[in-house]
Amino acid sequence: MELILDALVQFGEITLVLVAAPLLTGYVRKVKARLLRRQGPPLLQPYRDLARLIRKEVVLAHNASWVFRVTPYIVFATTWVAAGLVPTFASGLVVSYAADMIAIVALLGSARFMLALAGLDVGTSFGGIGSSREMMIASLAEPAMLMVVFTLSLLAGSTQLSSIAAFMQGPGVGLRVSLALSLFGIIMVAIAENARIPVDNPATHLELTMVHEAMILEYSGRHLALIEAASFLKLLLYVSVIACVFAPWGVAVSGAGPVAYLAGVAAYLAKLAVGGFLLALFETAIAKMRVFRVPDFLGAALMLGFLAALLLFVTLAH
Amino acid sequence: MDRLALDIAHLFAGGLVLVSFMLLYQDRMFGLLNIFALHALVVSLSVAWQAYIQEAPHLYITAAIALVVKAFIIPVALHRIIVRLGIHRTIEPVVGIGQTMLAGIGLVALSVMVMLPITAEAGTLAREDLAFALSVILLGLLMMVSRRNAVSQVIGFMSIENGLILAATGAKGMPLVVEISVAFSILVALIVIGIFLFRIRERFDTVDMHALDQSRGERP
Amino acid sequence: MALEGLLWCTAALLGASVAAVVLARRRMATPIVYGVALAATAVALGAAAWSLLARGAPEALSLPVGLPWLGAHFSLDPLAAFFLLVVNLGGATASLYGLGYGRHEEAPARVLPFFPAFLAGMNLVVVADDAFTFLFTWEFMSLSSWALVMAHHRRPGNAAAGYIYLLMASLGTLALLLAFGLLAGTTGGYAFDAIRAATPSAPVSAVVLSLALIGAGSKAGLVPLHVWLPLAHPAAPSHVSALMSGVMTKVAVYGFMRIVFDLLGPPGWWWGALVPALGAVTAVLGVLYALMQHDLKRLLAYHTVENIGIIFIGLGLALAFQAAEMPAAAALALTAALFHVFNHSVFKSLLFFGAGAVLTATGERDMEHLGGLIHRMPRTAFCFLVGSAAISALPPFNGFVSEWLTFQAILLSPALPQWLLKFLVPAIGAMLALSAALAAACFVKAFGVTFLGRPRTQVAQDATETDRLSLTAMYVFVALCLLAGILPGYFLDALAPVTQALVGARMPPQESLSWLTIVPIAESRSSYNGLLLFGFIAFSAWFATYVIHRWASAATRRSAPWDCGFPDATPVTQYTAGSFTQPIRRVFGTVVLRAREEVDMPPPGDARAARLHVALHDVLWDALYEPTARLVRFIAERLNKVQFLTIRAYLTLVFGALVVLLMILAVWN
Repeated sequence: MELILDALVQFGEITLVLVAAPLLTGYVRKVKARLLRRQGPPLLQPYRDLARLIRKEVVLAHNASWVFRVTPYIVFATTWVAAGLVPTFASGLVVSYAADMIAIVALLGSARFMLALAGLDVGTSFGGIGSSREMMIASLAEPAMLMVVFTLSLLAGSTQLSSIAAFMQGPGVGLRVSLALSLFGIIMVAIAENARIPVDNPATHLELTMVHEAMILEYSGRHLALIEAASFLKLLLYVSVIACVFAPWGVAVSGAGPVAYLAGVAAYLAKLAVGGFLLALFETAIAKMRVFRVPDFLGAALMLGFLAALLLFVTLAH
Repeated sequence: MDRLALDIAHLFAGGLVLVSFMLLYQDRMFGLLNIFALHALVVSLSVAWQAYIQEAPHLYITAAIALVVKAFIIPVALHRIIVRLGIHRTIEPVVGIGQTMLAGIGLVALSVMVMLPITAEAGTLAREDLAFALSVILLGLLMMVSRRNAVSQVIGFMSIENGLILAATGAKGMPLVVEISVAFSILVALIVIGIFLFRIRERFDTVDMHALDQSRGERP
Repeated sequence: MALEGLLWCTAALLGASVAAVVLARRRMATPIVYGVALAATAVALGAAAWSLLARGAPEALSLPVGLPWLGAHFSLDPLAAFFLLVVNLGGATASLYGLGYGRHEEAPARVLPFFPAFLAGMNLVVVADDAFTFLFTWEFMSLSSWALVMAHHRRPGNAAAGYIYLLMASLGTLALLLAFGLLAGTTGGYAFDAIRAATPSAPVSAVVLSLALIGAGSKAGLVPLHVWLPLAHPAAPSHVSALMSGVMTKVAVYGFMRIVFDLLGPPGWWWGALVPALGAVTAVLGVLYALMQHDLKRLLAYHTVENIGIIFIGLGLALAFQAAEMPAAAALALTAALFHVFNHSVFKSLLFFGAGAVLTATGERDMEHLGGLIHRMPRTAFCFLVGSAAISALPPFNGFVSEWLTFQAILLSPALPQWLLKFLVPAIGAMLALSAALAAACFVKAFGVTFLGRPRTQVAQDATETDRLSLTAMYVFVALCLLAGILPGYFLDALAPVTQALVGARMPPQESLSWLTIVPIAESRSSYNGLLLFGFIAFSAWFATYVIHRWASAATRRSAPWDCGFPDATPVTQYTAGSFTQPIRRVFGTVVLRAREEVDMPPPGDARAARLHVALHDVLWDALYEPTARLVRFIAERLNKVQFLTIRAYLTLVFGALVVLLMILAVWN
């Protein structure tokens, strides 16, 4: 009975992330537009975009291989699985012990690997520019994220997100410097990984300023719908991770009653709203960096994560 | 409550280290001034918090001096000087930013390695705060060493003094007289440096220290 | 019993080697030799697997060959059984691959005699139980692989590669000789049992560790002794490259483990600082060098250096935990290192087989002349893709599991008491994470530039698929990559007797855990379930496919790619390997490799081509090897004068030596 309830809650989490992801992106776009004194697209526009893309015809280049056709499915699958493993409104679920934060980072790495290959597949310069820049950004963002994971797991005693969330809700955490440093680090990594300003412009039309968009330039129709859905999910994943670790209030523990779950969902949606608003504010206030300033930016994130882990290594006495 | 108070003080110290790293990261003059103002703001908040938990009212004056002088007057004055001198807006570091940050981390590790064994009998947070204060001092020195521009060297010098204030207030007991005299000496030093900057600029048309090297006597 | 079976298999391999000398000119020599090698290594693989899984007592055997007062001792304990498994798995699949690949060999008489000898040598090194047998078989292994490297000695660069290989191998053997000499001590007992009984003092242990690092490390490819590896491994035929990279480096790891974990006494704490630091530097430098290569096989060889670094990180952490008396953590680190040994031999061999297939099909090793091969060689491309994903530590493949275990071991390190370790280990963790991310970039480049895109030359356009036997060998490894990633618990349990023997503890038993999860220390800390993860990914992909096929339009149209209005028919405009790595080269290469780009741009109006020249410097070569070579040449030139003395001078030398010896004898007494 416990197991069935647990499975239902897990299933609810998985569908919630899928349903809420386009809404988050629509909300961020709307807030950005409002901050620029425009009306902006409606909140539900991303859903309409996905529906429209699904109904369109796919145009493939003559020499696109099976890698190109299979990548959208793999990217969507791995990103959805990773997003589904993050505790959103309930933690401590059975299935969340299948993969910890390192595995989630690596799953996103798999998605990026396939996407970079798809960028190289067609054999034009645009895909190449996107893939090479994306791998450069990843070569610094992934270690920075892993150092943040180290810091969090050194504090919480485990790399499982549920255990970390439970630890952060508990009394033993305190206001630690390492937590502040890792919060900065994970925000910088989240900005870089989701192709947001100042690292990349998600709304640009100029190929030379693209990173993520250049990799997916050739995609159309249902393939593009899957890839767009995956990038919505990725943004949701990062906001959820930051929310569940650094703002853990309201997350229901496994085994609590349905009221606690509903409260958890409400708290989660509120956290998404706040996170989306802050992201939109930040993107509007700052300008995009040159490509070769991005390594400095991410190098700083890596240093912050490393410093946070170093401080913990030195001061923790197990 | 006590635990929370100590945690907040500790957080301010760590925040000061973070802002020192941000100072190292900057490559624009005006951004540097803004971050320095933030540096001074964090120091004054930290001193004010220490005044609250130690119940030492004279520290409030220290905090006010730090806030007014360092967070307003000095940045505004430097801003005016820079605009008047027309100094080149970006700062060229001697080595790349990545290596400077790596060296910064090494310095933090060094100060932790030095401080923690020495202060073995104090509480953990006090030891870490002292280690952070030493880090801020060393990072300020690193900033002076790794920049070519005279103004950024001045700012590095100022941030050293902020680190000293952090150490002194954290160690419980900094008489007001000491603080006022230190603050005045820094102010005097700044005025003297400002005058020198004008003179250097008049003579050599630049304040890049590297360029001044050419005019030293006895070149081989 | 398993040991005797193994020795018979090696005898069969040596017999095949002799037969190859006799039969070399005949056409059926290739299938006979490779077939015998396949059979012998398959039997040896079975024997090793049985010995490891049945967990019987260690076997020992003594043969009356070799030194008269010593004989040749052989023993099969769990450590040897595991490495035998790795060696023979690689050997069997390489023989299977060779059955197909060997048909294209242009000089079979130079390859066939040495291939079974190489396999035999590696097998014998792993079961050797005394110093003389160990060193003899180690040299035999080096020499037979040197002969294989020199098989195509007329190709440019191969002769120099062989020369450097021989030089470094001799240096390594000398270091090992000195190490064993120190271990045997003044009592002079060379059998491993005698050495185990005698515990050397701390300074002697330190020297032995350094010598073991030089000796075994140079064969494994630790920085700074790695320079021969990227020259020699690509020069050999592809299945031999796979054996050298995937298996011989593991035999070197075995040598290191045997000396340091088994024969030396309890480790000092600073061993746990030196070895992981070396491993971390090796990992980062290896992958950076790999990123800058355009030659497919040289890229794979440099990548071996990176993975050896990761293995040494695990080994070093095990030493640190052992010195700090944390046996459970030491078992975790050691298991991580051993599992990575197995995983690396699997996917590196797979990648080398793929590279060999490409080389046979196109005659090109340079990625910049390939491209679009996925359409011409789809099965090889699939196998290479799986190998690339596995080596980039992507779930659900096996590379991820061993790196995950290494990270978990690093996370246990705050409990280590020494200050230096507290600062060093997070740095090592950061470097490990960095090398993992760079490895993914490296293999996106390798697979993307070689197999994807449009063909850049005619040979790439005309490539054909490899033969079925080579493909079968690759499929075996593809299946193993996936299995070891999905069901790692069984593999980890198989490694338990090895860690039990070496550090006195083992990881918690994995096969009893629910849902086939693996757990490094305790359930509450961390866990990973490869099977469930794979199931989830498969289910999500199926679900997405179902939804798309149900509700989406199925229309597909082929057309030209987006070209911004400038249609270009030439494939030259697509990204090359050099341009792909340019951002990473700018970020990391300027400092580490002193990479400099020079652009020679013609003035406007001049129609000649612009040139981009990238200069890379191997800092270790410039700083370490060049001065050493100059010093050796200087000394040699000075000493050369001794060749041209008069007879009276030679007599004086002899007389002088005699007088000196008599004086020493007098003083001694």
